[in-house]
Amino acid sequence: MTEFTMRTGTGKPLYMSKEQIRSDLEDGANWAATKAKIPELSANEIDRILDILVRPGRQIGVEQGKGIVLTTDGGTTRYTGICRYSAMPVSREQAVIIGERFIGFDTFEIGHADYSFRPVKTIAMDEATVIENTELNSVIPVFYGAMPNLGIYFQSQGGKWPSPTDFMNEGKIDEARAVQESAAEDMTNDIVYVAKIFAETGLDGLDIDTTAAAGDADFYGTLKAIEIIKKETNLALEVGMAGEKVFGLHADLKYDGERLAGMWPHQQGLMVEKAGGDLFGAVINTDTGKSCPWNLARSITFVKEVMKTVSIPVHPNMGMGVGGIPMCEVIPMDVVTRSGVAMVELTNCDGV
Amino acid sequence: MDLAYRMSIGMGGIGTAGDIVARLQMTKRMKLDAAKEFVAKKLGVDQFTLHDTLQMRDLRDELELGSVTALPGKAKGIEAKARIADLFDIKINSVKRLKKKLSLDF
Repeated sequence: MTEFTMRTGTGKPLYMSKEQIRSDLEDGANWAATKAKIPELSANEIDRILDILVRPGRQIGVEQGKGIVLTTDGGTTRYTGICRYSAMPVSREQAVIIGERFIGFDTFEIGHADYSFRPVKTIAMDEATVIENTELNSVIPVFYGAMPNLGIYFQSQGGKWPSPTDFMNEGKIDEARAVQESAAEDMTNDIVYVAKIFAETGLDGLDIDTTAAAGDADFYGTLKAIEIIKKETNLALEVGMAGEKVFGLHADLKYDGERLAGMWPHQQGLMVEKAGGDLFGAVINTDTGKSCPWNLARSITFVKEVMKTVSIPVHPNMGMGVGGIPMCEVIPMDVVTRSGVAMVELTNCDGV
Repeated sequence: MDLAYRMSIGMGGIGTAGDIVARLQMTKRMKLDAAKEFVAKKLGVDQFTLHDTLQMRDLRDELELGSVTALPGKAKGIEAKARIADLFDIKINSVKRLKKKLSLDF
C-alpha cells in the first residue's frame, strides 16, 4: 500500500495511506460541522484536499494568478533580536525592508518583544519613532501588532485587578464578572491610547492579535476599542482571534445583542465586522493529538463558513499551531505549503 | 515559514501588485477578487500580468510605484506611496502626514 508523508499535530512525520488521510479529513471536518452546527465539507471537497495533500514535491503552490494577500502577526519580531525566533542583529526598520524587498511580503508588521498593548503603552512614544522611520522608507502597508491580553490586567499576572478565578473558586460569580468588566475597560483604554499615538505616525494599520485569549470579556473590551479607534483615527484594523471558540469566563457579555461566550469563528467575524474591523483573522487552534490532515479539514470547514457569513476580507491565521499547521517552532515547508494551498483553493479566502 | 508562504500562495508584494491589493482590502474593505480586478483595470493589465514579477517590475518602474530593484532616480519609499495614493485613489496615512508636514495641498 502506498504511503504518503503527512505530519502529526506536533510536526513529526506520519506515514499514512490515502484511505487513512481521507478518514482523518472526514473526521476533522465533521468535528467542526457538528460542534458549530455548520455545513460539512462535501465528498468532492474532501477529495480536493486529499489531492492537494498527496501532490508530489516537497513544496507546492497555487495556480499562476491565484495568489493571495499575506499579512503577518509577529512580523518583525521573527527577524530581530528575539530569542524565541531568529534573534538576528537587525533593526525593525531593516526587517520591514527585508520583508518588502527581499521576501516579497504584501504587508508587514512591527511589534514589540513584549507583544501586548499594556506594556506597549509605556513605550508608545519610542515605538512611534520606529514606525515613523519605517513609513518613510517602506512601500508596503505597515501594521503595528499587539495582543489585547486581558489576562495581564489581573494580579495573578502582575496586573491591578483581583483574579476572577479566585472569586469563582469562592462561588462569588457576580464579583468575578464585575472584575472582568473593570479590567476590560482598562484594556480598551490602553488599546485606544496606543492607537491614537500611532495614528499620528502615519502607520497604516493596527493588528489586534490573539483577541479573546482571556475569554469573552477580552473579546468585548476589544470590540469596544475597535469602535472608538475607527471613529477617532484613520487606522485600518486587522483583528485576529485566539481560537475557534470564545471561552465564557464571564458568560453574560453581549455585543449587538449577541452573547459572546461560545461564539465560533463565523460568529466572531460578524462581531468584528459590526464593530468596524477591516480584516478578520479567523483562528482554529491545532489539536496536537490529531494529524495535520484532521486539523486542516477542521480549519477549512470553519473558514468556509466565515467566508459565507462575513463581508470584510478574511485572513485565516496559518502560523505555528493554528489553521492546520503543526505546533512546532520550525515548521516543515511540505505542510506549510500544502495547508496554505488547500486553505486558499477550498475557501477562496482573501489572504492569510 | 514566511518564505514558504511567499513562494506558494503569496501575491508578491511590490514584486507584483500585492501591496496595492492589500491597501484596498485595508482601506476599502474590498474582497480579494474585487481588489485585484480594480488594480488590474487601473494598470490596464490582465490577472496573469498582475502576478508576474517580470512584467510588473517594468510597469512599476515606469509608473514609479516602488520596485524590488531600487533603480537610482526612481521613486522610493514614501515617494512611491504618494504615487500609489494618487493613481489608485487610496488614502495612505503616511502620505497624508507628509503633505501636512510640508503644508502642501496637492
